[in-house]
Amino acid sequence: MTRSKSKITKYLIPFFLIIFYVAYAGIKMAYADEPKNEIAPTPEKTEISASVHSPESEVVSEHKSEKLDAGKMILEHIADAHDWHIAGHLSIPLPIIIKDATGFKFFSSSRFEHGHAAYLGYKIVENKIAAVNEDGTVIQDASFYDLSITKNVASMFFAVFTLLWIMLSIAGRYKKDSLRAPKGIQSLVEPLIIFLRDEVVKPSIGPKYEKFLPYLLTIFFFIFINNLFGLIPFMPGGANVTGNIAITLVLATFTFVITSYNGNKGYWKHIVLPPGVPMWLLPMMIPIEIIGTLNKPIVLMIRLFANITAGHIIILGFLSLIFIFAEMNAGLGYGVSIVSVSFSVFMYMLELLVAFLQAYVFTLLSSLYFGAAVEEHHTEDHH
Amino acid sequence: MDLVKPEIGLLFWMTLTFGIVLFILSKYAWKPIMNSIKEREDSISNALNAAEDARKAMDSLKSSNEKLLQEARIERDKMLKEASELKDSIIAQAKKSADDEFRKKMASVTEEIEKQKIGAMNELKTQVAILSVDMAEKILRKKMEDRTQQEAFVNENLKSISLN
Repeated sequence: MTRSKSKITKYLIPFFLIIFYVAYAGIKMAYADEPKNEIAPTPEKTEISASVHSPESEVVSEHKSEKLDAGKMILEHIADAHDWHIAGHLSIPLPIIIKDATGFKFFSSSRFEHGHAAYLGYKIVENKIAAVNEDGTVIQDASFYDLSITKNVASMFFAVFTLLWIMLSIAGRYKKDSLRAPKGIQSLVEPLIIFLRDEVVKPSIGPKYEKFLPYLLTIFFFIFINNLFGLIPFMPGGANVTGNIAITLVLATFTFVITSYNGNKGYWKHIVLPPGVPMWLLPMMIPIEIIGTLNKPIVLMIRLFANITAGHIIILGFLSLIFIFAEMNAGLGYGVSIVSVSFSVFMYMLELLVAFLQAYVFTLLSSLYFGAAVEEHHTEDHH
Repeated sequence: MDLVKPEIGLLFWMTLTFGIVLFILSKYAWKPIMNSIKEREDSISNALNAAEDARKAMDSLKSSNEKLLQEARIERDKMLKEASELKDSIIAQAKKSADDEFRKKMASVTEEIEKQKIGAMNELKTQVAILSVDMAEKILRKKMEDRTQQEAFVNENLKSISLN
C-alpha cells in the first residue's frame, strides 16, 4: 500500500510544480502588462477579396493580425499548397507546371513570392493559381490546367519512395533466402501481409483471391504510409495527402474500375436484372442498383477523406485553442497549452490507430466489392 | 467548398504515381514476397508432415520392436519349458533304465544264488550219502567181526528177500 502511495506522489510532485510554474508565469506576465510578446503582431490584415491583396498562403497564426481566424488557419493547413512551409517565413518552393493554350509553363513557386507577385500571367489567389491580367485582376473563366507539384504531390512522392524502398529491399531479401525467418523491417511487414492475405482478402474474395492480392496490398500500404506521413508535422510529412478528396477519388476509382472490369455475368445480371423482382418494379430497381454500385466507391472515397481530415482538424483545433486563449492573455495561453497538448497527444495516438484502421477498412471494403464481382451467383436456383 | 473539390493537378499526379507504384510493387515486390511466403509455408508444412511421419514410423518401429521382444520372450519361455521337460524326461528315463538294469541284475543274481544253492545242496547230499555209506560200512565192519553174527545176518537178509 505505502509503495503505491509513494509512486503516486512521485508523479504528483512534478505535476504540481509545473502547474505552479505555469500559474506563476501567467500571473507575472499579466502584471507585466505586455500580453502579446509571444504573438508578434503583423500589420497586414486578412482580406478575403479578389483584389490585389490576398491573404498570405502559408502563414501560421503567429503572423496574423490581432484576430486569429482558427477556422481559416485550419482549412489552410489541411488544404494543398504550392510551397512547403517549414517554420516561420521559411518554406521550400515547389515546381509550378501550368498547361494552357500556349503550352506548358514550368517555373518555381518562389516566383509568386507567396501570393504577392504575378508571374507569366498567373498568381496565387487563396492558395490556388489563378490567371491574372496585366493589371493584376483575376480572369474568372480562364482555361488552364494546374499540374504543379504541390505540397501533397511532393509529400506523396516522399511516401511512395519510402514505400518502394522498403518493399523492394524486403523483396530482395525474400528472393535471396525465402526459407529464413523474417528479419528487421521484414518482420514488421510480413505479419501485415499475411494478415491481409489470410484475414481480409481470402475470406472476402474466395478462391480467386490471388489475382487481386497485389492491388489490395498496394492500396493498403499506400494509404497506410501516406496516413503516417500525414501525421508527421513537418517535412517530409505535414501534408494532408489521404485527407484530400482527389487522392481518395483516384483510389476509389481504381477499386471501381477493377470491380467493374472483373465483374462476371452474375454480377452484372444482379444489377441489370435483379433476381426475384417483379417486372413492373424493374424501372425503379435498375436505377437503384446502379446508384448502389456507384455508391460503393463514393463511400470509400468519402470515408477515407473525412476520417483523415477530421483527425487533422481536431488536432489543429486543439492547438489553435492555445493561440486563441493566448490572444486574450498570455498566461491563459500557457495554461490552456497543457490541456491542449495533452489532448493533441491523445488525438495523435488515436490518429495512429486511425491511420492503420482506415487503410484496413479501405482494403477490406475493396476486397468485399471484388468478392461480390467474382462471386458465382446461383440466380437460376432461386426461380 | 474547396475542400471537397478535387483538383486536376493532384488527380493527374495521383493517378500517375499510384499506377506506377501499383505496377512496380506488383511486379517486383508482391510477386517475390508472396511466392516466398508461400514457399516458406509449404516448406514448413512439409517439414511438419515429415516430422509427423517420422514420429509415426518411430512409433510403429517401437511397437514392432516391442512385439519382437514379446515374441522372443515367449520363445525363451517355451524353450525353457521344453528344456525342463526334456530334463525331467531324461532323468525319468535314466531312473527307469537304471531301475531295470538293477532289477535285471538282481534277477540274474538270485538265479545264480539259487543255482549255487542247488549245487551246494547236491554236493551236500552226495557228501552225506558217502559219509553215511562210510559210517554204515564202519558200523557193519564192527558188527560183523564174529562169524556167527555174520551168518545170522545173512540168513535174516536172505529170509527177507523173496525169490520168486
